[in-house]
Amino acid sequence: MAAAPMVKAESVVKNYGRLEVLRGIDLEVWPKEVMCIIGPSGSGKSTFLRCINHLEKIDGGRLSVDGELVGYQQRGDKLYELRDNEVSKKRSEIGMVFQSFNLFPHLTVLQNVVEAPIRVKRESRDPAVERGRELLERVGLAEKMDAYPRQLSGGQQQRVAIARALAMQPKLMLFDEPTSALDPELVGEVLDVMRGLAEDGMTMIVVTHEMGFAREVGDSLVFMDGGVVVEEGKPRDVLTNPQHERTRSFLSKVL
Amino acid sequence: MADVASPPAAIKAVPVRHPGRWVAALVVLVVGAYVVGTVVSSVAHDVTKEGHGWDTVAHYFLNPLIVRGVWLTLVYTVLAMVLGIVLGVVLAVMRLSPNWVVGWVSWLYIWFFRGTPVLVQIFFWFNLNILISHIGIGIPFTSLWLQADTNSLITPFVAVLLGLGLNEGAYMAEIVRAGIISVEHGQTEAALALGMDRLLLMRRIILPQAMRVIIPPTGNETISMLKTSSLAYIATGNELFTRTEQIATATYAVIEMLIVASIWYLMLTSVLTVGQYYIERYFARGSHRQLPMTPFQRFKRMLVTFHAPPPLPVEPPVGLASDHR
Repeated sequence: MAAAPMVKAESVVKNYGRLEVLRGIDLEVWPKEVMCIIGPSGSGKSTFLRCINHLEKIDGGRLSVDGELVGYQQRGDKLYELRDNEVSKKRSEIGMVFQSFNLFPHLTVLQNVVEAPIRVKRESRDPAVERGRELLERVGLAEKMDAYPRQLSGGQQQRVAIARALAMQPKLMLFDEPTSALDPELVGEVLDVMRGLAEDGMTMIVVTHEMGFAREVGDSLVFMDGGVVVEEGKPRDVLTNPQHERTRSFLSKVL
Repeated sequence: MADVASPPAAIKAVPVRHPGRWVAALVVLVVGAYVVGTVVSSVAHDVTKEGHGWDTVAHYFLNPLIVRGVWLTLVYTVLAMVLGIVLGVVLAVMRLSPNWVVGWVSWLYIWFFRGTPVLVQIFFWFNLNILISHIGIGIPFTSLWLQADTNSLITPFVAVLLGLGLNEGAYMAEIVRAGIISVEHGQTEAALALGMDRLLLMRRIILPQAMRVIIPPTGNETISMLKTSSLAYIATGNELFTRTEQIATATYAVIEMLIVASIWYLMLTSVLTVGQYYIERYFARGSHRQLPMTPFQRFKRMLVTFHAPPPLPVEPPVGLASDHR
């Protein structure tokens, strides 16, 4: 593995008013690693994911991606908040896939995919469209290129969302419960795409309830509860031989 | 179990009769016909005119003065709406700004211009020269100044435009704001996660979607503006209504000229209504699985099939699942 972690969290704290959502998270994600995060709702796993691309601002601790602090710059021993365009720049290097897809409904599938490469990265149209086609082919939706998102099933929409994130050629992909809003029969097609991504060596953090996926594809598994990491380890170990009582009781309910 | 060879027969039943509906329709038609008939015949027998009242209407309907008035009405409507929409977008974005001073200024603008009558505002701009005799622009504390007489700068035309447009801006601001906040927050998050900045997010993602909410009331505003432009009368704006009134004063054909104006206004608003339908349709793309047919398409279809059109052959896209998210 490479020498430096892709994501490094040191006692990360996040509060919503007086509610403490994250109470000191310490984690390291290495390049090409697939980390799955599980835990009951309200445990802070989605919030942690959103902190990584600065959709949420952290209130304490340190969080860095690829060796650079998220949302801040350190000069001497002082922290300076990043400007909006600097934050945007960093976000463009991290792909994110949402539970509710959040495709742009007024754009066709292909337009969804090429919008950010053309407008944000200022790529010229033809190569961007060419790569958009390839990505859609890769997620098995080449023939849906000119459809609008609402004409697609949930599973197809989520695959487009993955292609849209990949079009920015991210160094890290964040998945926020990507299959939770899908009918059971459609979960598989999305997980297959994600599995392919993992095999290609993408660094991924996946908040999920899919234990099978976590076991087979994940390199590491994190169980979060109450805003802290309760347990972390090899997926097989955590799932079959949990060390903590909280983990055991959670797994007994979901497995 | 019975054989499934023959499909169940269609139901044949005597429909419920609704005599009340027939009576109501008849009453409404009789009353309506009476009112229209009275007006039409009264104008026809107007004894103050030589010949027919309706002849007067026809005579002045395409009078060059009237036609130029119609043109000016359209110019006022279009320019005032353009000014209003641009102002509205700016004010709406200002109101949603994280900078509270900016938001507050926008609120104050809307409060003032929505809170005073358009007629008063037009008249105010028209009389601006009483308050300020010269309008200048330049760099403070230097001699670099461009200055002009207020009356030469704020012509009646400009006064009407300012009155209508600035007032419209306040209304459009609220319409645009409603559109912006109607767009799901997930859209903002997805766009930000892709690295878009606020401007790009607004221009490419939020506003195009907000359009669906913004267009119908904006169509209303445009139709309303077409009629409100008649208030230009107070500033001798020389649009349709001013022109008909001028002719009415000169010829005493008061009612006839009001009819001329009304027919023109009705024709113009009808055209706008059709235009609005097609603009709405354009911005609805992506919001339905299949766009409904236009009346024209439905008409064509009817001609081809010669009877009530059968249900549309909605072909679900391949692999379409049951969830509608």
